Formats: sequence, structure tokens, C-alpha cells
Amino acid sequence: MSAEHDSFEDLASAARVKLAEIAPRISDLKPKDRMAIPPQAMPAQDPDERRRNISEVALGYTLEQARVEAARCLDCKNKPCVDGCPVGIDIPGFVLSVAEGDLKKASEILKKDTLLPAVCGRVCPQETQCQATCTVGRSLKDPEKAVSIGRLERFVADWERGEGGIEVPEVKGSTGKTVAVVGSGPAGLVVAADLRREGHGVTIFEAFHKPGGVMMYGIPEFRLPKEIVAKEIDTLLGMGVEVKSNFVVGKTRKLMDLMEKDGFDAVFVGTGAGLPRFMNVEGENLVGVFSANEYLTRANLMRAYDKKRAHTPIYDSRKVAVLGGGNVAMDAARTAVRLGAEEVHIVYRRTEKEMPARVEEVAHAKEEGVVFHILENAKRFIGDAEGRVEAIECVRYELGEPDDSGRRRPVEIKGSEFIFDVDTVVVAIGNDSNPLLQQTTPGLACNKWGNIIVDENQKTSIDGVYAGGDIVLGAATVILAMGEGRKAAAAINAYLSRD
Amino acid sequence: MSNRILRKERLSENVYLIRVDAPLIAEERLPGQFVILSVDNDFGERIPLTIADADSAEGSITLIFQVVGKTTKLLSALDVGDSIASLLGPLGAPTHIEKVGHVVCVGGGIGVAPLRPIAEGMKKAGNRITAILGARNAELLILEKEMSEIADELIICTDDGSKGREALVTEPLRELCEREPKPDMAVAIGPPIMMKFCSETTRPYGVRTVVSLNTIMVDGTGMCGGCRVTVGEETKFVCVDGPEFDGHKVDFDNMMARLNSYRLREEADAHDCELDKEIERIKKNVSGT
Repeated sequence: MSAEHDSFEDLASAARVKLAEIAPRISDLKPKDRMAIPPQAMPAQDPDERRRNISEVALGYTLEQARVEAARCLDCKNKPCVDGCPVGIDIPGFVLSVAEGDLKKASEILKKDTLLPAVCGRVCPQETQCQATCTVGRSLKDPEKAVSIGRLERFVADWERGEGGIEVPEVKGSTGKTVAVVGSGPAGLVVAADLRREGHGVTIFEAFHKPGGVMMYGIPEFRLPKEIVAKEIDTLLGMGVEVKSNFVVGKTRKLMDLMEKDGFDAVFVGTGAGLPRFMNVEGENLVGVFSANEYLTRANLMRAYDKKRAHTPIYDSRKVAVLGGGNVAMDAARTAVRLGAEEVHIVYRRTEKEMPARVEEVAHAKEEGVVFHILENAKRFIGDAEGRVEAIECVRYELGEPDDSGRRRPVEIKGSEFIFDVDTVVVAIGNDSNPLLQQTTPGLACNKWGNIIVDENQKTSIDGVYAGGDIVLGAATVILAMGEGRKAAAAINAYLSRD
Repeated sequence: MSNRILRKERLSENVYLIRVDAPLIAEERLPGQFVILSVDNDFGERIPLTIADADSAEGSITLIFQVVGKTTKLLSALDVGDSIASLLGPLGAPTHIEKVGHVVCVGGGIGVAPLRPIAEGMKKAGNRITAILGARNAELLILEKEMSEIADELIICTDDGSKGREALVTEPLRELCEREPKPDMAVAIGPPIMMKFCSETTRPYGVRTVVSLNTIMVDGTGMCGGCRVTVGEETKFVCVDGPEFDGHKVDFDNMMARLNSYRLREEADAHDCELDKEIERIKKNVSGT
């Protein structure tokens, strides 16, 4: 795979040449000229190299690459990309500013609609959102040739964090009202920022010892450097938001006590989808079988990859099977590679086409040597005399008729069972909502899956209590959580400003 | 929450008691609940410790711990005035305190610490309490005085006979079960192997036995599943479904194997050798009867 790997230098110099050619008339290019500009590949660390480190894999565009890529945007009339964005970013606006080299303007446009561009540029599933409908990709009959909006978003955000210098948003005079934000993931951070800007006092409560939610414990360093998340939190602190870590609402304090005893005027619940799903098959509690949450939390938040310094141990693995086909499965598999496993396998019961993971993550995993087993699933886990997992009994599948999700339903092929030797299994088949807060908050209405029920303004069944993100949606994405957070913040602001 | 250590006492060679400033936890906490703590926010490990006591007026909680690994070793090195980097709680479901009649409370080693508030609660609820405290030797026996104030009857066992009976806790437990009327309930807290054999001891007599499990945990809020145990046919999370379970249904062998998940990586310190010996002794004793 690494033979196909374009070096950073090659990509950068090609872009320099191209930009020199188009720069003089970059604002007046004809659509035909724009369509002819080659899509800019994302420079990445060499696969052989990165298998042994935890540094970010995607290195980010150079300025020249960014401007060339941005020049591919046709500024088409109907802007399908904006409709594809859950928070409705003015995508052509910021992209054309990049093409012109006005990064400050690009950054300002982005910041109007998104609080976390450095995060979303890295982890959003752009190929199913803004880039899915891009006119350029459609005209070229290849969605992978759409304008790389996500990479441009990341480029602008990284520029701002580096050269541009992050400006702490202005905060209105105090309203005297206070809001408790439960959970410091993407939804909570957006709510905190939006409400603080309006002059409300905001306190974020986080159960872990570090804020950032899934961006800290779940998404690995090599995909989302923790320094970026920490910077975003610093900006919030600079705005006067208070963060209380090691505080689990529902246990340390009941949700209603926050309002009734501590005087918060409103509460936002953004506790995420934190209850790992297991397969409920034989042998699942054997030693060496982990939820992806546990495996990734040990590696990321607890920094177990740093074997010399971290006190938290992580399992020594030679042959790892990761069950699942989402981003979390890719993260777990690629983490296992970096922790030194000799073989890492993804086992997924549908085909690659149905995998919910970002295309780039699947590609990166393959480049790093992760072996994909599609149309297979674990049936039971087999342990040795000491209760450690030593094999999986797998069964093969074929695709049948489409199911409720529109994806073709995998059907077990009878009698196709086989044994697959492993010493570690990571179960990455999704998360349900964590019931901890709901259990201790009578009157908070939930659906049968335990997700909090909200109205169109993210309001729950309790007055003054709003919710958003995965605790409402079920396991979804950072950007959808942010979108819900934004909506909730507007509703909370209206609620606090009434009479 | 400053998590400042207000008092520190060495209860035995490897066992410490600390009182920590934690007003919110002190206010909310009920018997049976635990905290998760870490001594270093950058590279520290998160470990669960049962809350031994709380003083809501002072805003403090009491933790009793045995030095068994890196984190407890580091915790034991903190002095009065130092703060614990992270302290989260109260976690887990509280003990179901009810009046059942006669409750036998069995505590092994450090397990007496979490047992004490449960015995106290059970006593206050109107139960008659027989306490059985066990340790390897007299020096390692903790909270004897406190338990004697709660219990109607107190039985001490040591492995070497340096105090009380030279016996394992399962011996007096069996005798109590053989007596009529049988105890209405037993609560056993201590090393997993002790809880296993206490459960095996009471099983033939049908005496309901509650155990409190102390498994590996990371977050303590249901998120990682590292603490999962097999209870009957079901998988339960100790952090949110427990820590207390029906001892007759817990798969202790699986639980003990899981506790040893990282053993290969951890230094085989003196304690581990002693634990191995203790396991052997108990096994030998039970299988011999």
C-alpha cells in the first residue's frame, strides 16, 4: 500500500505549480477550468511509519493545496452542500475565501455556524453530508471527487489556531441567569458557548477528570489530537464558562437539585451514548474481550499507549479481532495496530458498502494493514483453561432484502461456522443511552431505548430542562450533536429571556 | 471539592484510613456506595474504593484501603493536607437496607471497611447482627472496636490463631447456618475467594447471601463495561447494577479471572504471593470438609 502513498513534498510541490498557474485569475476561472483542476489528496504520514506512533495521520493541506482545492468550487447557484450540512455552514462562502487566500474571512464565515471547525473538519462524515451532493462531484460522476470541504474546514481552523490566533468571542453583560450543562462533549460545548455569549452564567459538569467527552476518551489522538480539544475548552474558559470535572449529575448531585438547591435557572443534558452494546453471546465476559469504549478510553483518555508513564494498563495483544464497521471499530483496530498487535482484523457482517465508517478511516485502516472480513460475524467466544479468550466461532453471511435502515439485511449462511484464533476481541457494535441520569430523575420522559424525549426546541418533559446530542439521537455524530446543541441553546436563551 | 486529606491513620502494615474533604459526596452517599479516584490527572489510573464512612456535618468521607498496586501505593504516600487529584462519587447502587431478622455480616481483611456501614444500617433497621471478622493475623484485623459496637455478637477468626479462633470465616458461618433458626441473611465482603466460599457455605442452607464486588473499573458510570460480571444468566455492570449482588448467582471464577486481566503486566509483588497462598489455604480447607 505504501507504494501508492504520495509524499507530503510531492503533493505540496504539485499544488505550488498549479496555484502559480491559476492564481492570477483565481476569482474569474470558468466552471470548465475549475472542473479541470485535479482534486488535492490529503497528505498523510507514511503508513509504515504511523503504525508505530500515535501522531495525527492526516497532515493537513498546505496553503497552496487548500487554495487549489478551493478553486474547484463552482459557487453553483443551488448550493446543495449547505443543505447537506447539519448546521448550515455557508460553505461556498468560506471555500471561495480560501481560494482567494483570505483565511481570516474564511474563518469568520465558518465561526458563524460552527464552534468546532477543527474537530468537525476531521471527524465529520462529509461524504454522506456536504460532499455527497456537491455539484463538482456529481458532474465528475464520482462523489470522491467532490470539493474536499472537510479538509478545507480543517485547514482554516488549523490556520486560526496557529497563525491566526484564536479570538475569544465577546460575551454580553451578565443576565444574572445561570445554566448547568451536563456533559462536556460536542453538544454541551456548543450550548455552553452560545449561552455564555448571551451573558448567562454557564457551568459544565463532566464525570471524567478531563472535559471533552467522546472527543477526549473515544476518538484517538491519531485522528483528533487532544491538544485541539483542549484549545477549544480553553476558549470557553476564557469566555468565563466554569468546568466542574469529576462530577456526575444524577449521583454527585441529582439533576433537579441543580435547579432546586443550587439555583440554576436551566439545565442542558448532553450526556451522550455511553452504554456499550454487547453481542449477548457465549463467552463474552472472557478475559480479553473488551467494549470499544473501554479499549479506547484506556488508550486515549488514560493514555495507556504511553506504556512507560501511564499507570493504566492495556491488554498485550498479538491477534486482535474488532467486531463492527463504524468509526469506533476503525479507531479500535488502528489503536491496536499502534499498541503493537501483530495482526488486527475487522469482522463485519455486512459489506464494505454498508459500513458506517468514514471512507477515509476505512482506507487508512487498510493502509495500516488491518485485515477486513466482511459478511462474517462472531457467534461465540471460546476461552482457554484460565478464562482468557483464545478464539471466536464465526459464521458467514450473505446480503438479503433491505431492512429498516435501507441497508440490505445480512442473512446467516447455515453451516458456515468456522473457528478464528485471537487473543483479544474488541466489541464495537454501538452504544445505547446511559441510563444513569434518567434513573435518578423522575419525570424525565424517555423512549423505549432510553433516549430522552424532546420537542422541536430540544425541551424535555421537565420545564427548564433541555437535552441534545446522542442522549436524544442515539449514537450519531459530532456535527449532529452540535446542531442539536445550537438549537437547544437558542431555546434556553428564549426561555431565560421570557417576561 | 478540594479532595483534601483531613486525617490519615495507618490501621495495619498495609492498610490506611484517610478522611477526605468531599462535602457533596458526603451529603449524597449511602451505605454500599463507592468512589473512583486517581492520584494523577495526566497518567494516573482510576480505581474504585468503597466509602467506609461519611460525616456530612464535616463534609468528609472516610476511605480505607490496602496497598496492593501502584495507585494505592501512591495514595498511601499522600499526607494530611495533600489533595487527591480526582475523586468521583458516590457511585453504584446503595445497599438495600431492610429488616429481615438476623443478619450475619462477614468481613475478610480490608472488606470490613465497606461492611461496617452496611452492618450499621442493618442494625438501625432493627436487625440482630452477628459479625464475623477474619484476617490472616491479629495485626491485620481492622475496625474490631467499631464492629463490636454495632454487632450483637462478634466472632473473630485469624488464620494463625493470633486472635480469636484459628479458622477461616466460613467455619463460624457454617455453624450459624446449622443452628435453628437459621440466619435470615448473610452479607459477605472481602477477597473474591472468601466471598465465593462464603456463598458456597450458605448455599446448601438457602441463606440469602449478598456480596459486594470490587472489580476493575475505568469510568465507574456504566460506560466501559470493564467491570462486567456474570450473575445467573445475565451480564451485569458492577459500577451501576452493583456493587452488591446475590452471591449464589455470581460467577466468581470468571470474576477472579477478569480481575487478573493485567496480572501478567503487573509486577508480582509480595502481596500477590501472599494472596496466592491465602487462596490455596482456603481452597484446601473447604475441599477438606
